[in-house]
Amino acid sequence: MAVIPVERKPLTLAERTYIPQIVHGLKTTFRHLVAPNVTLEYPEQRPEIPGGYRGVPTLVRDPNGREKCVSCQLCEFVCPPKAIRITPGEIAADSAQAHVERAPQAFDIDMLRCIYCGLCQEVCPEEAIWLQTQYSMTGYTREEMVNHKDRLYELGGTLPDAHLKWDKKKAAEDAAAHGGHH
Amino acid sequence: MATEFAFPDAGAKTAAAAPEFQTEKMSLSMGPSHPSTHGVLRLQLELDGEVVTKCEPIIGYLHRGDEKIAENMTYNQFVPYTDRLDYLAPLANNVAYAIAVERLAKLEVPERCQAIRVVSCELARISSHLLGLGAYGIDVGAWSVFLYSFTEREKLYKLFEELTGARFTTSYTRIGGVARDVPEGWTDRVNAFCDQFLPILDEILALLTRNKIFMDRTVGVGVISREDAIAYGLTGPNLRGSGVGLDLRKDRPYSGYERYQFDVPVGTTGDCYDRYLVRGEEMKQSVRIVKQVLANFPKGPWQATDARRIVSPSKDKVLTSMEELIQNFMLVTEGPQMPAGEVYFEAENPKGALGFYVVSRGGGVPWRLKIRAPSFCNLSILPKLCAGTMVSDVVSILGSLDFVMGECDR
Repeated sequence: MAVIPVERKPLTLAERTYIPQIVHGLKTTFRHLVAPNVTLEYPEQRPEIPGGYRGVPTLVRDPNGREKCVSCQLCEFVCPPKAIRITPGEIAADSAQAHVERAPQAFDIDMLRCIYCGLCQEVCPEEAIWLQTQYSMTGYTREEMVNHKDRLYELGGTLPDAHLKWDKKKAAEDAAAHGGHH
Repeated sequence: MATEFAFPDAGAKTAAAAPEFQTEKMSLSMGPSHPSTHGVLRLQLELDGEVVTKCEPIIGYLHRGDEKIAENMTYNQFVPYTDRLDYLAPLANNVAYAIAVERLAKLEVPERCQAIRVVSCELARISSHLLGLGAYGIDVGAWSVFLYSFTEREKLYKLFEELTGARFTTSYTRIGGVARDVPEGWTDRVNAFCDQFLPILDEILALLTRNKIFMDRTVGVGVISREDAIAYGLTGPNLRGSGVGLDLRKDRPYSGYERYQFDVPVGTTGDCYDRYLVRGEEMKQSVRIVKQVLANFPKGPWQATDARRIVSPSKDKVLTSMEELIQNFMLVTEGPQMPAGEVYFEAENPKGALGFYVVSRGGGVPWRLKIRAPSFCNLSILPKLCAGTMVSDVVSILGSLDFVMGECDR
């Protein structure tokens, strides 16, 4: 429980002949020869991706098909390499989602800049941006490596939503307005 | 800048022994892209035949200006940049940085958070030393060590991936805590790893420790005396290899290291072989620490709970309550609020003492952040160490110093 000097001994006569080393080396080699493989035949075999993996950032919709992003631009602000560009937009007054008021007009993530740190997901107050399981992205040009809004939603798909806060808010407002009529 | 250490005997010896073979000195650039310079270190060597008469390290090929970058972002935004210092042990860097800033804020983190950090630091140490060991094997001509140590590293990467979401660029800590709690069953898997790791480590080390070829390449090569090691500011296994028992985990404990029992291995002669032995033993001690932490893994919160101006509210609250939503916006845009002041904190990283000197004028962005990189200081002894050795010994010495240019150049 303190400072211990590491043990070092001079080689014995037997060890100087190198024979014990050869025996040990061969033993190790043969053990690994018959041991199960530790490598994967990528890309035919794919590694198992654990939950909570930080893959390619994507945008998601809620189970009602609403795009969850409200273009608050917090992810754009926090992104350390400045990979995200958002152009905020309004939702048309006659849309079914009009009560959410805002959605991004354009949402670009430059995957040549992204460092997969996950801060965007961490700060998002709408749980709209998620780093999911995809980890391999390729492209021939720089333009191809920028994920635009459509592509981000395509990658993201739909995730369950425990809160549906905008719909609840609308329901509450409707109920209040309804109550007002009587 | 670089001090010259001309080895007085080298040229004279050759001249005396065989005057007809005395040749002109040759200048040789070793690196920046040379397999044994572990990254982008460049050594400007002056050779007299096969003997090195002068060695001047030229650094900066991986300079990114991390310290300046830090001045332009909030404290939490800088965490991903610390991954890229010693990129063989990113978790340990994350932890050192977080503790430095927490010291500035005089913030205590819960026991569970400390325990998670100790486990991640020690696993990072094992991972880093395994790479150092494997790469050193290749440097001196033993290929298989690398294969077996990387098989073990892969298992560690799987554990890191589960814990942090990334294998390599972990970005795990936050000011006042960690990014997320340990996943279900993770501690059991770490335990299982530790159990199977020790016999495999013994097997790997046995390939080198009593190997005559390896010993011929390392014993008595690159001897650093106790005095030199201190004078050049070496830290970590390189310092302990020279017999100085300085380990910040023991001498200035942080993150609850004082709660765990472990030994500090030191060398006796300070040569390459000693540094190798010290690293081998340190991995065993790390396993010992990890097992102690896991045996008594604290429950409870994994982020500081009474720091509303520093730690973000939980996601559930952000989604449901207006007050926490605003708090979230404030913390992200203005950064965790620090008092004015300055702090210097050093952590015992795998490569040595990694220090962060943070100067704050209040607010969420550091006014100045200085990084004391162990690899940078450890490399400063190279001119002295390499003068008078053979070129092949330079490879052996470099490997034994186990540096990483990511933090040296930063």
